[in-house]
Amino acid sequence: MAIFINENTKVIVQGMTGSEGTKHTGRMIKSGTNIVGGVTPGKGGQIVEIEGKKLPVFNSVAEAITATGANASVVFVPPKFAKAAVMDAIDAALPLCVVITEGIPVHDTAAFYAHAAASGITQLIGPNCPGLISPGKSNLGIIPADITGPGKIGLVSKSGTLTYQMMFELRDFGFSTAIGIGGDPIIGTTHIDALRAFQDDPDTHAIVMIGEIGGDAEERAAAFIKEYVTKPVVGYVAGFTAPEGKTMGHAGAIVSGSSGTAQAKKEALEAAGVAVGKTPSETAALMRTLLA
Amino acid sequence: MDLFEYQARDLFEAHNIPVLGGAVATTATEAETAAAAMGGRVVVKAQVKVGGRGKAGGVKLAENAADARVKAEAILGMDIKGLTVHKVMIAEAAPIAEEYYLAILLDRANRNFLVMASVAGGMEIEEVAHTQPEKLARVGIDPNVGISLAQAIEIVKAGYFPAEVVEQVADVLLKLWAAFVAEDATLMEINPLVKTEAGLIVALDGKVTLDDSAQFRHATHADLEDHDSANPLEALAKAKNLNYVKLDGEVGIIGNGAGLVMSTLDVVAYAGEKYGVKPANFLDIGGGASAEVMANGLSIILGDPDVRSVFVNVFGGITACDAVANGIVDALTILGSAATKPIVVRLDGNNVLEGRRILNEAAHPLVQQLETMDGAAAKAAELAAH
Repeated sequence: MAIFINENTKVIVQGMTGSEGTKHTGRMIKSGTNIVGGVTPGKGGQIVEIEGKKLPVFNSVAEAITATGANASVVFVPPKFAKAAVMDAIDAALPLCVVITEGIPVHDTAAFYAHAAASGITQLIGPNCPGLISPGKSNLGIIPADITGPGKIGLVSKSGTLTYQMMFELRDFGFSTAIGIGGDPIIGTTHIDALRAFQDDPDTHAIVMIGEIGGDAEERAAAFIKEYVTKPVVGYVAGFTAPEGKTMGHAGAIVSGSSGTAQAKKEALEAAGVAVGKTPSETAALMRTLLA
Repeated sequence: MDLFEYQARDLFEAHNIPVLGGAVATTATEAETAAAAMGGRVVVKAQVKVGGRGKAGGVKLAENAADARVKAEAILGMDIKGLTVHKVMIAEAAPIAEEYYLAILLDRANRNFLVMASVAGGMEIEEVAHTQPEKLARVGIDPNVGISLAQAIEIVKAGYFPAEVVEQVADVLLKLWAAFVAEDATLMEINPLVKTEAGLIVALDGKVTLDDSAQFRHATHADLEDHDSANPLEALAKAKNLNYVKLDGEVGIIGNGAGLVMSTLDVVAYAGEKYGVKPANFLDIGGGASAEVMANGLSIILGDPDVRSVFVNVFGGITACDAVANGIVDALTILGSAATKPIVVRLDGNNVLEGRRILNEAAHPLVQQLETMDGAAAKAAELAAH
């Protein structure tokens, strides 16, 4: 088991014919992902060969689903066209849409998030996220597949490279699924969604949750953990030393006044019984203690 | 991007939101000219992106143009909460009967937009929320639906506005929503929204934040950037498309990925406690750390006179460590004698052994490698110690 994706996930790549799309389609295929085609409006009917696999290109997600039975997409479409691409996936009732694109205007994200919520079918992950990997089964996005293998730890993080760092620190244990939910102010799948899925996944035995400054998602996740999660959780929050009012790389990573501080998030998590590390290595050590 | 008050005023005016006359001035002479053109009493307002300027003496009433000059002279160059006043706004003065509050903002928690409206304005909205929560209407807006006139009236009534202004305020709310959408704003706040003694509803002061990610569809937004107050290193970094924030420490930081860089700042801050040093900056070179990007990043950081050591912290993902190592070597070649400060490098992840080998082979006298993030942070902090 794993969360959100597994060996049966049939994946189309939106924006596959672009340079990023082509590069990462190749990587995903190499790590075992079942890529069944791509979508690029206006290029439907073409066949593209990537990593020895002949992949059909479709004009729309609906056409791709009809022809391939796809049940998930990964979006590499540039910011300008990302809203149209995600709306296309939602209108086609695609179950899962993973939006890697960074720099999508938040009004566009708000619009496609509201549309997905109203449709009640499409689960969005991202935008501005590295995607998710269930090692050995499926890999949707840009997380390197060779850091570690399958195991019992579930990981949810806003950040890509911190996900990689933590997977690396705990590589001898392996992961059921590692998911990067993205650093934008509005994201589809939240910490809470991932925590719920990990709690319900029999193959996940412990959870690492990585947060960062900005918003109150970590505080809300802490409340959810207290109420729902019985598996051991360790936490890490990045940005203790970030100054107020400065956006730290991720559009959503900003301390505004007294809200969104790492300290408040750490305290909320600890109050929910989560052991919180001060650094990635300390967080990994906490997990080792729990699993020992 | 946060706008100055005068920019917010101009933007409101462009979207037919009622405002009073206003002009921006960078010198006392300009202020006098603007006040003379307006005639009568004016308000001279310091343009700084921080609250509490009134208390700090940054807002003054002037009786006439000559007085506006005197007031502008006093305010220009003032320091308000660490920010120097480079501009003043000369605003028409109007007799105020009542002060209200109206805002639309991005609501991260509910993943939509939020209208806040209250009859109690003129003070910080946090204060209203705290002292008179029943008078603050908070209504979520579906971005794909927007606000209807009927809903606008309902919101205004829920904010306890007096009956005689409900229609006028609802009209302002609809215009504010149109502006919010048209300009890709994440915050548009009118505080206070006033009723003048003549019974007119006018936006007297405004705060606007625009979404930087939407600049590609707003040709004019780049002109709104504040070049006077920008840190020169931040301006230089921005010109090179680098994600850089100047901080007040001594250890220069370069990393890949926003989360990892934030984490690096923390680890360096902890390690630096012992030596009394802190991170000097945030710099995320992103996933594709080419030699050119690395060279640009290193040159910005080495050009910061506060920096005494540099910590390059990279986890090789899509861009493997060998490419990053080559980037560092090439960057140091490009920089030549401009590189003068010790550089601690920690590489891990994809192709790390090759990356480390490349740096060892290059054996640059300024570069030393450590295997862990904690160890490298400690070394960089030590090297930056006084």
